[in-house]
Amino acid sequence: MADLGRAALVVSFGLALYAACAGAYAAYRKQRRLADSARNALIACFCSTAVAAVVLAIALVQHDFSFVYVASHTSRDLSTVYALSAFWGGQEGSLLLWLLVLTGYGALAVVLNTRLLRDLIVWVVPVVGGISAFFAFILVAISSPFQTQVPPVDGSGLTPSLQNPYMVAHPPMLYLGYVGLTIPFAFAAAAMISGHTDERWIVATRRWTLAAWMFLGFGQILGAHWAYVEVGWGGYYAWDPVENAALMPWLAATAFLHSVMIQERKGMLRVWNMVLVALSFELAIFGDFLTRSGVINSIHSFAKSSIGAWFLGFVIASTLFAVALILWRLPLLRARTKLESPLSREATFLYNNLLLVALCLTILWGVIFPILTELFLGQSRTIGRPYYDFFLRIFGLPLLLLMGIGPLIAWRRASVRALVKTLRWPIAAAVVAGGVLIAVGAGSSRPGLIAYTFSAFVLTTIVVELVRGTRATGSLFQLVARNRRRYGGYVVHAAIVLLAIGIAGSSAYQTQREQKLAIGQSMTVAGHTVTYDRLEHERSGVANETRAVLTLSGRVHGTIRSGVNDYFTGDNSREVGIHTDWLRAEDTYVIFDQQQGKYVYFKVLIKPLVNLIWVAGFLFLGGSLIALWPDAREQRRLVARLALARG
Amino acid sequence: MTALVLGALLAVAAVVLVALPFLLGGDDELDAVSEAAERRLALVDERDRALAALKELEFDHRAGKVDDDDYRELVGPLRRAAAQALQALDADRSQE
Repeated sequence: MADLGRAALVVSFGLALYAACAGAYAAYRKQRRLADSARNALIACFCSTAVAAVVLAIALVQHDFSFVYVASHTSRDLSTVYALSAFWGGQEGSLLLWLLVLTGYGALAVVLNTRLLRDLIVWVVPVVGGISAFFAFILVAISSPFQTQVPPVDGSGLTPSLQNPYMVAHPPMLYLGYVGLTIPFAFAAAAMISGHTDERWIVATRRWTLAAWMFLGFGQILGAHWAYVEVGWGGYYAWDPVENAALMPWLAATAFLHSVMIQERKGMLRVWNMVLVALSFELAIFGDFLTRSGVINSIHSFAKSSIGAWFLGFVIASTLFAVALILWRLPLLRARTKLESPLSREATFLYNNLLLVALCLTILWGVIFPILTELFLGQSRTIGRPYYDFFLRIFGLPLLLLMGIGPLIAWRRASVRALVKTLRWPIAAAVVAGGVLIAVGAGSSRPGLIAYTFSAFVLTTIVVELVRGTRATGSLFQLVARNRRRYGGYVVHAAIVLLAIGIAGSSAYQTQREQKLAIGQSMTVAGHTVTYDRLEHERSGVANETRAVLTLSGRVHGTIRSGVNDYFTGDNSREVGIHTDWLRAEDTYVIFDQQQGKYVYFKVLIKPLVNLIWVAGFLFLGGSLIALWPDAREQRRLVARLALARG
Repeated sequence: MTALVLGALLAVAAVVLVALPFLLGGDDELDAVSEAAERRLALVDERDRALAALKELEFDHRAGKVDDDDYRELVGPLRRAAAQALQALDADRSQE
């Protein structure tokens, strides 16, 4: 079977290379048959990669330890679901998943758009083919999941922390996002190479960008929840370089999704949009480099490997390619109109873009700083949480405010008089919310207070916008159906507000206490009394499990079990205890720190509103799906343009 | 052995799929977007933008985001821009 997997990957590499070279030649020489052949090669590349993926999946499920990869990442006692999830638990398997998603997206994009955007597709094929060829080459020559050995009796098993339902969904979700950013990049590159920089590439790629952005965003929320329940340090986002690697392209894609609306409406920001598409793609590949190279220390990264240099080379080459294309096509990309007023919807989009990109680049600096200091000073210097938190406040809070102002301000030009009139309800809501929060003692954290006040402002603007829109059209359903992108966007805005409230609540207003307790002793934290009742030991099939059972009383009542697992493989994991009070969206989070004789050192955290973060994830998904829903009018626009393009 | 046969079948299927456009024959010229079509696409973009801006202004006015004074000031230039875009497109079509 490994031979079949290897052969399938070699075929994939050949087909991707053919799609890249023959596709580019055909597009340049305008040869239809060769272009169709290259397109078919890309589709066939997906099929052969799927064969390789099926071979690996079968080997994982059947515990075929003659595959080095299977033996390194699974064991006989692993359930089928987790054995399958080992597909993306290691370097080689996750690379294969990347190639599978990439060729799948590429084939789908080509099949769906061949009729309507043929002049662009002929260039999309070689771009996607070239990128696929790189990944296929790595899988064939550098890091193959199909290396074989004399099968051992059992495998090494999957890292315990990866044996979690969130790890079944989180990595594929992120990959769908990361890789999805390739398609808008390929269309943008195709538009520039072909010189057809009209709006068609934007219409064609909007949903691809939205889908990739949705997967990347939701994948991060899933990852945050995994970290919260599994890693056991009491948080959900640690500004880890690999976590940042997913956040950066998401921020750049968020900026693109906003600025693209200005290009559609005003024909402005055409160069900027190309830059953002390229930036999103390059940051996705750079994230892959960070995860796979081992240049940074992270619990999320794979072991140090030689493929880092290949990825770095690819990032540099593709960045140079993108920059060269943009510089070459600058005359074609010049804006046709100017910003009419700094007080307009498009101006707020511009400010939003600047803040998003500034936040993205600030995070990038934090990520590469240790690498640069090691390179130039010989000693790695890490940038810590205060740096990121500071810039999140500096750029994030104005972004939150703009999210409220933007929807209520008119396009082109707004007068101060109309703006004040429009914003009177949101301002009133923010003032009242601020006053109430100060009265109940929430003034202890200024950033928290500002975040809550701005959140009240934004939520009110969304309600006002929906009420006014419904009045203007006569029906809420009709309003949303007519402009799914806008109203789906508002649902996403509401999700971001919930996220902001959850983050502010669980960080700025968190209470934490550490204390050693003997059985029968209690500690009180923020009105909660935690009593250590007993200690239980259990031997499961994979580990010795120690659990402290604690009773929660006071504001909420319940039982919490927190402890450690000592796996027979030598690994151990902290198993935190969490009690959720859904009425307050608050968690009581208990960490079993260490045991000394009859005492156990517990760390108890009270995290107000933390559960709003997970609710926000689902709301984000819902809003994105509304915005993604197919729009017949858009399709008609493309068909009409096709008719024109064909004369 | 089975793996090798399956691998060979996969390679043959890929070669057939890739060779199919040559086997089917037909015109070898790619549909190129002419300069005239390019110009017309730009004019259509212009027309769509002008009409969308007008529609947006009407909606913003009805929703109360733009007051009557601002609306009166803004609607004239937008209507003129839309009319000009439509005229330019018509003129381009009649040249054909």
